[in-house]
Amino acid sequence: MQSALEDTTARTLDIEDVTVRYGAAVAVDGVSLSIEPGEVVALLGPSGCGKTTLLRVVAGFVRQVSGRVRVDGTPIDHLPANQRNVGIVFQNYALFPHMTVAENVAYGLRARGARGPEVAATVNRFLETVQLGGFRDRLPRQLSGGQQQRVALARALAVEPSILLLDEPFAALDRNLRLDMQIEVKRLQRALGLTTILVTHDQDEAMSVADRIAVMNKGKVEQFDSPVAIYDKPQTLFVNGFIGSSNLLGGKIDTIENGIATVALDAGAVLRLPAPSGVGAASAVLLSVRPEQLTLSSIAGPERWRIEPGLSLPLGGQLIHEARTTDGTTLKIAEPRLAAPKGLSRIYCGLSPDARPSLFPRST
Amino acid sequence: MRFRQLREWQLALPLALAFTALFLAPLLLLVGVSFYNDDKISQPGFASWLKFYGDPFNYKVIGDTLLLGVKTVCTTVLIGYPLALVYLDLSARLQKVLLFIIVMPLLLSVVVRTFAWIVVLGHEGVVNSVLMSLGVISEPLKLLQTELGLVISLTQIEMPLMLLPLISVMSRLDPNLRDASAALGASRWRTLFTVTLPLSMPGLVAGCLLVFASSTTAFISQTVIGGVRLIYLPLVIWQQSLVVYHWPLAAVASLSLVVSVLSVVAALSWVGRRSGGYIHG
Repeated sequence: MQSALEDTTARTLDIEDVTVRYGAAVAVDGVSLSIEPGEVVALLGPSGCGKTTLLRVVAGFVRQVSGRVRVDGTPIDHLPANQRNVGIVFQNYALFPHMTVAENVAYGLRARGARGPEVAATVNRFLETVQLGGFRDRLPRQLSGGQQQRVALARALAVEPSILLLDEPFAALDRNLRLDMQIEVKRLQRALGLTTILVTHDQDEAMSVADRIAVMNKGKVEQFDSPVAIYDKPQTLFVNGFIGSSNLLGGKIDTIENGIATVALDAGAVLRLPAPSGVGAASAVLLSVRPEQLTLSSIAGPERWRIEPGLSLPLGGQLIHEARTTDGTTLKIAEPRLAAPKGLSRIYCGLSPDARPSLFPRST
Repeated sequence: MRFRQLREWQLALPLALAFTALFLAPLLLLVGVSFYNDDKISQPGFASWLKFYGDPFNYKVIGDTLLLGVKTVCTTVLIGYPLALVYLDLSARLQKVLLFIIVMPLLLSVVVRTFAWIVVLGHEGVVNSVLMSLGVISEPLKLLQTELGLVISLTQIEMPLMLLPLISVMSRLDPNLRDASAALGASRWRTLFTVTLPLSMPGLVAGCLLVFASSTTAFISQTVIGGVRLIYLPLVIWQQSLVVYHWPLAAVASLSLVVSVLSVVAALSWVGRRSGGYIHG
């Protein structure tokens, strides 16, 4: 039953300089995002970063103090929530507990004045789409979490919304089911060509579902980029710390020549790295490097620094080593478990050949 | 370890004993007394029942009493439900203030509250003097000793009994439901009638039960505001037991009150059970 999945015209969504205040507190602080037709954008950040508030602005539940929201170039700020034609799936699904599955899915259609066989046909089509055709007369409390989420999704999609909003929709599901549902949502979203915003605090979820990620912190967007770029080229220390795990090493720039900086690490090594903008010679820097971009060696060298090995923990296919540098920084080093040599005293640490570390100015 | 052997039902014993001694026994006594013919309680028989139900006036009294309850329930619902909706949208601070105002009538004696209403509704009371000075009416409205005045004062007096169960049920409703309804295109009214109202039915029914049972038996308000011209069952009971001293007739009137109120209560709770059970869905 793919008939529900007719390609609709995807809309653009433009959030322009939106600010939201709750009393004196600024929840969203001048955020601008341009979302392409059919794109999935994840709003990723810790709780209280303003991501849910921004979603609620788009839905029309919260009024911004300034800024605009446009769908296909047309401002929707003056419209109340019930005239925005936005589909939303909540973390707790918010299914109407006194209505059957079919009545839940029909709710939006009826609210729009649709009646009779037309409603029944649409409900059936969307229930088949989410593979719940046999559950139409159940009440929500008689369904599992994953099934409830499918109903919530069918209910949101049945009204053919112009924008789909997902508010931490996978957070209440257990790990295995979560992946299935992420694939399912992605499949439906692709098939319908729906412009989608996904709010999440789970970076893996953002990485796997979203085309682009907006990392938010304290009401601002720190970086808006593709998942790969966010992971490999974090623009700020916050993004660097929030996405994946990373090691921070203190150091100082000695010289910059032809865009290559010579960095003297406090741990006792000299590295030559591409110089970022905004740092000059003699400025203090922080070097951020992912655990899998560090290697251990038993041989000393100018680009390696001495460490004091600590615990080693197997984590799936990887072995995670903990180590301390001579200046007291704790490092995490990851390597493939099977490739790790045994019985060698590897007390020197360096960058792996394909490492792409980031340099950030260090505020003192 | 001895506590382990204490069965759970034994914990209910003190209450059960009190209930038996103070409620069940007097009720049985009442039933017994009603089957005597004379005020000396010496001749057993059905004369009191036949006398009470042989008098068409008493049917009117029963009807008026139940109607008073229905009217009070209607006004408390019409004022209380919107108030509960307002309560839900307030900030936590203002909710506390409103809750205090709602509960306050319960902290005052019924007698004090009722006499306050005399001051408000009287011939030269607050309502009349305000309306007269505004030129809305040319001569004072008769509010005391009318059913209108009684329903007005009972509405205020019974309001906490409507609002407390209503608020407790409604504040447990998921606020996302209202947002979900709006996002699906429903107007505020549609959301109210298709989502909020059905889901708050258990609280609404509980409130109606309490207000109905309490207003039909509100002897003090009925007599002080209604006076002797408006006659409800509690007044009949009082007259028969403490003025005429015909206890069998008073017992018949009392049992009539209990049975008629309980049957309405039973019907209401049947409605409540049918609509209930969605809260934890």
